Amino acid sequence: MKDADHEHDEHRMPSDPTLRVMALESLLIEKGLVDPQALDALIEAYEHRIGPHNGAKVVARAWKDPGYKARLLADASAAIAELGFGGLQGEHMVAVENTPTVHNLVVCTLCSCYPYPLLGLPPVWYKSAPYRSRAVIDPRGVLREFGLELPAETEVRVWDSTAELRYLVVPRQPAGTEEMTEEQLASLITRDTLIGVALVQKSSAEGAR
Amino acid sequence: MNGVHDMGGMHGMGPVRAERNEPVFHHRWEARVFALVRAMGKFGRWNIDASRHQRELIPAAEQLRMSYYERWLEALSQLLVRHAFLSPEELATGKSESGTAKLTPALSADKVPAFIASGAPVSRKAGRAPRFGPGQRVRARNLNPTGHTRLPRYVRGKTGIVDRVHGVFVFPDTNAHFLGESPQHLYSVRFEAQELWGEATTSQDSVNVDLWEDYLDAI
Repeated sequence: MKDADHEHDEHRMPSDPTLRVMALESLLIEKGLVDPQALDALIEAYEHRIGPHNGAKVVARAWKDPGYKARLLADASAAIAELGFGGLQGEHMVAVENTPTVHNLVVCTLCSCYPYPLLGLPPVWYKSAPYRSRAVIDPRGVLREFGLELPAETEVRVWDSTAELRYLVVPRQPAGTEEMTEEQLASLITRDTLIGVALVQKSSAEGAR
Repeated sequence: MNGVHDMGGMHGMGPVRAERNEPVFHHRWEARVFALVRAMGKFGRWNIDASRHQRELIPAAEQLRMSYYERWLEALSQLLVRHAFLSPEELATGKSESGTAKLTPALSADKVPAFIASGAPVSRKAGRAPRFGPGQRVRARNLNPTGHTRLPRYVRGKTGIVDRVHGVFVFPDTNAHFLGESPQHLYSVRFEAQELWGEATTSQDSVNVDLWEDYLDAI
């Protein structure tokens, strides 16, 4: 996996869209169709409030509370609502559990479906042609690019989000973390582990991802 | 439609490039487009399926060249004209024409939390029992509609096993074209990797795909 820090080819022409979007927004405001403060509020919600820390809370609770985990796997939308999460692009949730023999990976080959209430907005790579094209035909190759080499005997289950069901991977709890609090556990759980492109590590070395 | 958006199984797209500490939006205009799409969607003149289809209708070469939010901007612009929020002249000039009807109220900031929290559920009441049950073998139909569909090419004609019965959901193939919701049962169907990609692939891997009843035949 190449690091794209300095390769913003997905975003190479900001000036033209900047002007186009400003013009469109002004026009819609003038016509009374859009309230710019509502746009601010929508952006603020996804930049600052709704993100992978929500999904991490759900999984940490599932690790700590077997009853909650059972409810999460049986009816994810209801279990997730218990923690106060749900709504836009998470109306219909499914939780899939990683086990010693099964590893789950989520993709949307047709567009960019993603569980907003639990993970926020998707990263560029999730929406990109390389991920969408290859996750179903070469999941192990994709995982390798994320630095994850799975044993040959592990079954890789890919979930293609072709409908309005949104998938959350319940990763495995690392050994030696049994005594941690729910909050400590949540801090180990990264976005990538909830999509299925990484495993949860005992210490949160992966940083913001 | 057999468009370039239907990417599952394609080669030649290159390696996955993940960016460290990626911001939610890379440019302010991306954030504004995201919010505009949500705010205008609130009026209910179109639906999520129509919105996706509008992006699929962007000419293939353009779709591949554009960034994600450029596609959103292009499709939103088309939807605004198609559904008479804007005239083609207004979109081209950016100037409001007198006499254009204003549609209010706009989504206000105080309504945003409720708007996000409620979402737009697309499950519907079951009118009849599901045709298929868990464990049943089914074949994805070889359908090639020129309109919107959520039946990816890579499963067409392939055999799988019903893994989960999700309930009744709005059918995108009609809803995208404003031909009604045609709610029907939706299933998660598991396809073995070998069935999809041939003998040479790793044997025990699989792909689960959510498919509506009209996409499936019993075997």
